[in-house]
Amino acid sequence: MTIAQHLLETYHQWAGFETIFLKAIATGQGHSYFGGPPDEPARAQVPVHPPTLAAPMSSIISVANLSKTYGSGFKALKNVNLDIRRGEIFALLGPNGAGKTTLISIICGIANPSEGKVLVGGEDIQISYRKARSLIGLVPQELHTDAFESVWATVSFSRGLFGKPKNPALVEKILKDLSLWDKKDNKIITLSGGMKRRVMIAKALSHEPQILFLDEPTAGVDVELRKGMWEVVRALQQSGVTIILTTHYIEEAEEMADRIGVINKGEIVLVEDKTTLMQKLGRKRLTLHLQGKLGALPESLSKYKLELCDSGATLVYDYDTKGERTGITSLLSDLRTAGIRFNDLDTTQSSLEDIFVDLVRTS
Amino acid sequence: MNHRAIRAIYLFEMARTWRTLLQSIVSPVVSTSLYFVVFGAAIGSRISQVEGVSYGTFIVPGLIMLSVLTQSIANASFGIYFPKFTGTIYEILSAPISYFEIVLGYVGAAATKSIILGLIILATAGLFVPLHIHHPVWMLAFLVLTAVTFSLFGFIIGIWADGFEKLQMIPMLVVTPLTFLGGSFYSIDMLPSTWRTLALLNPVVYLISGFRWSFYEIADVSVSISIGMTVAFLAICLAVIWWIFRTGYRLKN
Repeated sequence: MTIAQHLLETYHQWAGFETIFLKAIATGQGHSYFGGPPDEPARAQVPVHPPTLAAPMSSIISVANLSKTYGSGFKALKNVNLDIRRGEIFALLGPNGAGKTTLISIICGIANPSEGKVLVGGEDIQISYRKARSLIGLVPQELHTDAFESVWATVSFSRGLFGKPKNPALVEKILKDLSLWDKKDNKIITLSGGMKRRVMIAKALSHEPQILFLDEPTAGVDVELRKGMWEVVRALQQSGVTIILTTHYIEEAEEMADRIGVINKGEIVLVEDKTTLMQKLGRKRLTLHLQGKLGALPESLSKYKLELCDSGATLVYDYDTKGERTGITSLLSDLRTAGIRFNDLDTTQSSLEDIFVDLVRTS
Repeated sequence: MNHRAIRAIYLFEMARTWRTLLQSIVSPVVSTSLYFVVFGAAIGSRISQVEGVSYGTFIVPGLIMLSVLTQSIANASFGIYFPKFTGTIYEILSAPISYFEIVLGYVGAAATKSIILGLIILATAGLFVPLHIHHPVWMLAFLVLTAVTFSLFGFIIGIWADGFEKLQMIPMLVVTPLTFLGGSFYSIDMLPSTWRTLALLNPVVYLISGFRWSFYEIADVSVSISIGMTVAFLAICLAVIWWIFRTGYRLKN
């Protein structure tokens, strides 16, 4: 099989996967992901998330003064404080080596904290680790799988490992929802990368977690497949699962998240509602398309941070939407005084990516 | 106690055994049969009896111990090393399961496998030589105790090892020589006195001696010392594992 064929196959599988989830959302099944549709016998066996989950603004994870220093002396986390709200999609952004995976590893019990405290569902992760961990499903960044096991066996194993009784109906539903049902008896080693990623999601979902960590779920996944993954995440959120995802793709956070946290060099630089963040930190750019080319800017305009582009054909003015005065009115007035005319103008809002790059640079 | 998690790990590990049946069970049985041919028939024809027992019969407990020791270590070390190697250990560490339960799952499966193997070898030996077990309960007790102890030891090696080479190193370089020098094929009374004294430093001598006593009531050292030494080694392994999990040595950053 050529690489192109392989990709095509993966795409078709994901496309089907996406359709299923879109259908699930449309028919409202997503609201009881673990319960299944009302006429399914599985519903009686599988508990739907308790109504307490509906409390929208309470914290499900609370990280306080968390620090992590590795044996080499490297400080991966420095006094991190973070609250994750019940039922939200929280995107944790940060460059490579910022501490995203370390933070997740500590919350999930894979790494030990050096200092600080983490509560999951009100339970201390070190003292009441059983209660805390049973709430969490983790999909790590790397594709760690039991290569020689079948899909069915490995997903059932995860459920048992988390102390849950056998529930073939639920495992079947999860595998069907993730378009893995026809691969249930296949050894994992025979699956494509996209399918392995879904197996890992199935493993994490098999024990009905209230919190799902997705560490770079779409790393190395092409755009189409990524969109399929986003639909999965949305469906899960609608079923009441709190989702924390780390990502390199700013558009992913922009598309998915309710709130965004930025981590850099082991410190949480910012946590904000996505829309507020976009408004609060967003910069705008005014571009004026001049009637005639300008060789240089007149002295009277030197107080503005203007830039001449396209060999003097356009004038660019960046302004901050945070400020009360954007300076646009006076700029336009001064342009008229200076006799500079323009044919057209447009404004563009800075993307989350620009905001992120700014934050990481300044922190 | 998370019974379902212990069961999940145990069954997962046992499933691996059934999947690799040829390598897990058939191969040790074939090699033991070869030992019988080489040692029992070839050498045995020149040694009439050892302490009143025919040579072929005399080596049976030693041969069983040889397999139980090496297989316990191999099973348990591979069982915990493989998830470390593939990265799937993340799931074990993030599961609501105590360290004790993790050990119970892995070590339980490794010990079960080597006990089954020990009994199969015993049955195979029965085809070659006449066998009479004087103390079957003690025989089983020694078998279980040794399988559990060396599975714990294997678990430690599996956690310590950071490559397949290290995984093989201790069993190849330490355990196998100690077993061969531990009186599997001879009584240490047959050694010159200096070597005999040195042999008493070998912990495997005590295991084989006790095990052989349960068969024929002949022993190189007193049975109570054999039991004491095995239990002491068990306690050391448990203490090391307790330390490993307390510190997260080679498991958690």
